[in-house]
Amino acid sequence: MCDTCGCNITPGNKHLIEIKGKLSRTADGRAAVDVLQGLLSENDHQALHNRQHFDKHQVLAINLMSSPGSGKTALLEATIETIGTQLNIAVIEGDLETENDAQRIRAKGVPAIQIATGSACHLDAHMVHSAVHQLDLKSLDILFIENVGNLVCPASFDLGHHRNVTLLSVTEGDDKPAKYPVMFRAADAMLITKADLLQVLDDFNCDNAHQNLRNLANPAPVLEISAKTRQGFEGWINWLQQELHHYRQHLARGEHLRPRVQPDGHKLHDAGHAHHQHSHS
Amino acid sequence: MHELAVCQSIVDQVSHIAAEHQSTVVEKIYLQIGPLSGVEPELLESAFPIACANTAAANAQLIISRLPIRVRCRTCHAETEATANRLICGACGDWQTTLISGNEMLLERVELQTEH
Repeated sequence: MCDTCGCNITPGNKHLIEIKGKLSRTADGRAAVDVLQGLLSENDHQALHNRQHFDKHQVLAINLMSSPGSGKTALLEATIETIGTQLNIAVIEGDLETENDAQRIRAKGVPAIQIATGSACHLDAHMVHSAVHQLDLKSLDILFIENVGNLVCPASFDLGHHRNVTLLSVTEGDDKPAKYPVMFRAADAMLITKADLLQVLDDFNCDNAHQNLRNLANPAPVLEISAKTRQGFEGWINWLQQELHHYRQHLARGEHLRPRVQPDGHKLHDAGHAHHQHSHS
Repeated sequence: MHELAVCQSIVDQVSHIAAEHQSTVVEKIYLQIGPLSGVEPELLESAFPIACANTAAANAQLIISRLPIRVRCRTCHAETEATANRLICGACGDWQTTLISGNEMLLERVELQTEH
């Protein structure tokens, strides 16, 4: 995205950019500093650094988010089985406890790093950075980051990834995008998972789920898939390949790809770091 | 429940700003929060005393401006208010809108006690 012309700075905060860091005095003599930076400035800085790592090695990083149990790991297993011989994939797994998911991925012959967050309800850019340094990025095409199963907190933390994929399983209800708008607004693709169960469910309407996503002004593609029967997998694999192609085209033009919607603050942060490069690999 | 992590980040930033201006006491912290930031102002307020204990911001007052959700329509170009799960144009009903306010999660201003 554009860090130089300011096209991603909103009209709501544009006037404040110019006064950033300015020191003035209040009527009773206190020093007042106009700051205007994201509340997660340290995380945003680390995320920018992670993105530079990915871009240096041309690795498309995809953040998978959903409720617990919506089928993120099953999706990854099936994805690896389908395209694991054509594309080099690695996975970072986020859970509060256990190595279970990483073991499932490794059993498919793909490197997986487990992050056990303890009590933290989301991954942050620092945790991802530690995991990234345990992977050989040079040999990869796509890195999946399976976030902690949670439809609230993960949406607020930039990890340095390029795309958000949000899963909605058919047992959860078609109104999830309306109930968790911050999460679903950020989706670059929404996958309706466990679609093989639709034939036995009478209370999940895919059109409603689709409409609830559009009501968030989100143009993201909606794909109905099943990791079990591989229904809709062609569309999902096509999407991945298109995004990888799109990402590499961006890099070839010297541009950096970001999710369509990101937590507020990164644009302000990047404006101050546009020329700040990290050199360690 | 990520508000405590957000508060810890605020306290780090504010402490850094205070040190830059040779101050050891932060008096007021002004934030801008929009409903689409994913951060709840009430939870921030309750997490803040835990995060600021034993820091320069220990007695700081947290002042949160809650910004409205507004969208601009890409079809009819109207600017209207919207709600978190209905970001459609209030004038023509089109869903193809751009958010112009409502996702803010910003540290706006800090007031410090200084010697000068």
